[in-house]
Amino acid sequence: MSAAIELVDLYKSFGSTAIIRGVNLAIERGERHAIIGPNGAGKSTLYNLITSKYVPTSGHVRLRGEDVTGHPPYEINRKGLARSFQVTNIFPRMTVFENVRCGLLWAMNYRYSFWHDVDHLDDVNERSMKVLEDIGMAARAAVPAGALSYAEQRALEIGITIAGGADIILLDEPTAGMNRSETAQTVELVRRITEDKTLVMVEHDMSVVFGLADRISVLVYGEVIASGPPDEIRGNPAVREAYLGEEAD
Amino acid sequence: MAAVATPAAMGRKSFLRRNAVWWVALVLVMLLPQVAHSGTSIAVLNQMCIMVIFSLSYNMLLGQGGMLSFGHAVYFGLGGYFAMHLIQLANATHFFMPLPLTPLAGGLAGLVFGLIFGSFSTSRAGTVFAMISLGIGEMIASSSLIFTKFSGGEEGLTADRTDLTPFFGVNFGRDYQVYYLIAAWMILSAWLMYRFSRTPLGRMANAVRDNPERAEFVGYSQKRVRLLSFMAAGFFAGIAGGLFALNYEIVTDETVNLTTSGVVLLQAYIGGVGFFAGPIVGAVVYTLLQTLLSNYTEIWAFYVGLIFVATVMYAPTGLTGIIMMHQPIWRAGRLRSLALPYLQVGAPALACAIGVIGLLELLHFVSVRAVGQSTKHLFWMSINAGRPTAWIVFSVLAVGGFLLARRLAPKLVAAWEAASADIHAGGRR
Amino acid sequence: MLELTVFSLLNGLVYGLLLFMLSAGLTLIFSMMGVLNFAHASLYMLGAYFAYSISTKVGFWPGLVVAPVLVGVVGALIERYGLRNVHRYGHVAELIFTFGIAFLIEETVQLIWGKQTMDYHGPKILDFPLFELWGIEFPAYKAFMLAISIGIFIALLVVLTRTRIGLIIQAAISHPNQVAMLGHNVPLVFTGVFGFGSALAGLAGVIAGPELGTSPGMAAVLGSIVFVVIVVGGLGSLWGAFLASLLIGMIQTFAVAIDYSLNDLFAAIGIPPDKTGALSDLYSATVAQIGPILPYLLMVVILIFRPTGLLGKREV
Repeated sequence: MSAAIELVDLYKSFGSTAIIRGVNLAIERGERHAIIGPNGAGKSTLYNLITSKYVPTSGHVRLRGEDVTGHPPYEINRKGLARSFQVTNIFPRMTVFENVRCGLLWAMNYRYSFWHDVDHLDDVNERSMKVLEDIGMAARAAVPAGALSYAEQRALEIGITIAGGADIILLDEPTAGMNRSETAQTVELVRRITEDKTLVMVEHDMSVVFGLADRISVLVYGEVIASGPPDEIRGNPAVREAYLGEEAD
Repeated sequence: MAAVATPAAMGRKSFLRRNAVWWVALVLVMLLPQVAHSGTSIAVLNQMCIMVIFSLSYNMLLGQGGMLSFGHAVYFGLGGYFAMHLIQLANATHFFMPLPLTPLAGGLAGLVFGLIFGSFSTSRAGTVFAMISLGIGEMIASSSLIFTKFSGGEEGLTADRTDLTPFFGVNFGRDYQVYYLIAAWMILSAWLMYRFSRTPLGRMANAVRDNPERAEFVGYSQKRVRLLSFMAAGFFAGIAGGLFALNYEIVTDETVNLTTSGVVLLQAYIGGVGFFAGPIVGAVVYTLLQTLLSNYTEIWAFYVGLIFVATVMYAPTGLTGIIMMHQPIWRAGRLRSLALPYLQVGAPALACAIGVIGLLELLHFVSVRAVGQSTKHLFWMSINAGRPTAWIVFSVLAVGGFLLARRLAPKLVAAWEAASADIHAGGRR
Repeated sequence: MLELTVFSLLNGLVYGLLLFMLSAGLTLIFSMMGVLNFAHASLYMLGAYFAYSISTKVGFWPGLVVAPVLVGVVGALIERYGLRNVHRYGHVAELIFTFGIAFLIEETVQLIWGKQTMDYHGPKILDFPLFELWGIEFPAYKAFMLAISIGIFIALLVVLTRTRIGLIIQAAISHPNQVAMLGHNVPLVFTGVFGFGSALAGLAGVIAGPELGTSPGMAAVLGSIVFVVIVVGGLGSLWGAFLASLLIGMIQTFAVAIDYSLNDLFAAIGIPPDKTGALSDLYSATVAQIGPILPYLLMVVILIFRPTGLLGKREV
């Protein structure tokens, strides 16, 4: 069975600056995979390459064995891959409920319909409420998303990502800027919603990484210098030197 | 029309109950001629209704879709031209063409051209889209003077609507008969456009407006969403154009040019693009300004321009936005507390306005008058523009009014904050 | 044929360089501030009207100097007290604002000067034919226009590439935040550039007014063409604006001289001309007649096949 995501000889340069220099990575189905690395290693760029926000300079991106290099983002999403954003990327003028609902209209096959009344689509509305309950935001359904607190917006961000039922989920620093308890809540949420799915997570908080991940890849200067289960990574001297060694944990 | 959806709380109401507002509007609109029955009033109402449809269609682009178009008159005008051709054809060959359906020809033309021009202009929203729309607008406007067979050249196209097949005995020879038709089309179009905004496509149009990147990452092609909105907007603009053709029985290059595109932008924006009802308000206000003001002053367009710029700078949510700002205060029953502060600020502001208007009118009069004239009729008085008296009085009013209003403004702000605080304290949020 | 080509070249050059004077300011403002100034052509119109009023009182030459300065001040005021406040609402709001200003300027012109075309003409000493070729005269005034335009172009080039302020402007175009952190007063630079771009537009109006006519409609006519120029040339590229201005200037000037239509083409290859069918207008329209829409057609073609324009690097 082919891997959920496969990156083959991925290169990305902006002008003459090479950001990603030959990444080869296979993320298996059902795996919880974390990508860590120092700032500037290229983690966000890697995400943007996988989700087609950027087109690789060379190399391939495969989704369940199918080559999707350079395909438009909406096509990749329709194939079952959803991502969240490091900088909160929601629909600020819509309510929390509508934000989530937008996340699942396509997935529930309503597409470009201009003949359905969205307020009377029971299946859509029920599922939206369920997602809101999943992320613990049901009480705030009618609040305009722009008025939420930071942590609530991050939760909503995740909510929109999972609403469509994608089975490959990419989360970009889901606990960034959160305090201890918020982080713990988010970790629980992520664990719950990725039960039978493939999760790829970029994170800086090592406790989150080591607590959640089945496998970890370390990205340094655009290259994966190590990839394996948490214990292996913890003990890897190259990783320690490049990254973990600086952490006073 | 509320933007907050109450999930699963909408019961199984009947079609009639759900759209109660619209039925009421329909009845009111049909009763209007009883109140305003002079020939001029009907003519004004006709123009107003056509502009309402046109402005609402424009807001599908700007308010709903975030697309600023400087060339929306293209679809309005082309709709008018095609509808006119249909009428001419029906008159010439006497085939069965019930008049009430002719705007559909305009709508269809608007839809098709929306597809043609939208196919390459909707890749991006924002400044690029605006410029493309300007270029296409000018291209079509210039073309209409070149391809005279289609457009009638400078004289335009004309046709007699009364020659069409009578509709249940009505041949629409009288203005008020046309009014009922236009008003019916207005309610229908507005209802359809409102319903459109509540469909998956309509919701995603809002989403693409606010965050096109995110919309793509939930599975929607931003270009496709914009294109479909563009086509729908073209359709309704074409309907308005078809009604224009019926009402005035002439379509010229003015119907399709930059001035008309500018007017619809003005209307929608002054009314308030963030609200569904905004363009309706804008169309009504603009039509009133145009038809009433022009009787009293030659520079009415200047005042409209001033209002528009002031709206952009100080009240970007438009007239409807200002009204809606008062809604929470009204709901809390605290509106009365604002009455006095408004009066305190409003009176000097009014004085200032009178002063400014006076100065402008005098300036215009003095700059452009025929030689030998020095008496200007203003505010129901005869004023000698040659003597400094009037100038001084108006200047004093303008400057004094402004300074006084500015001095009293904090009182209004304080009253406002007090009223709003009461709402919060009353646990209404 | 040759005389037609030579004079069309000369006239096209005059018109094209005029377009460049207008589009240079517009593209500079756009590159630096991301604002597309819809009112740019209106400032051009103001320049013509100011110069007209000055010329009726004091003469043409004082107008040439004073009018652009006045327009530059107006532009700076618009930026300082208008645009700066609207900036926080986003680019679309800025565009709507400048559209409103354009409308207001047009109405103001009609308020003060009325709706007729003004009798604004060049100075007497330039009112003679500079040379005559094949019986056609080339007026000295047009040569004067050429001289001014070329002079401005060279001055722009020198200022932008060799002076300190020019380097600051170039830097601010691409990296306004860094430039601010280096201690330069970026808002002041913005106001200055806006004012300067406006003055350029005003100068174009001063010299073009006598030639192209001074009336309230002059802004609308040229305004759209200027937008086409910078879309075709590429948003944010001064060289692109130069290239596109000349290209479009030449296209429009040469088109006017071509009296052939599709029907003529058909006749040449033996197909009988279509004079009465539904599309007969299309076939009988001469190139001269469709001259006004050629720039827009070019814009559409560029937008479909090369959306960044001829020399543009920036996506908006």
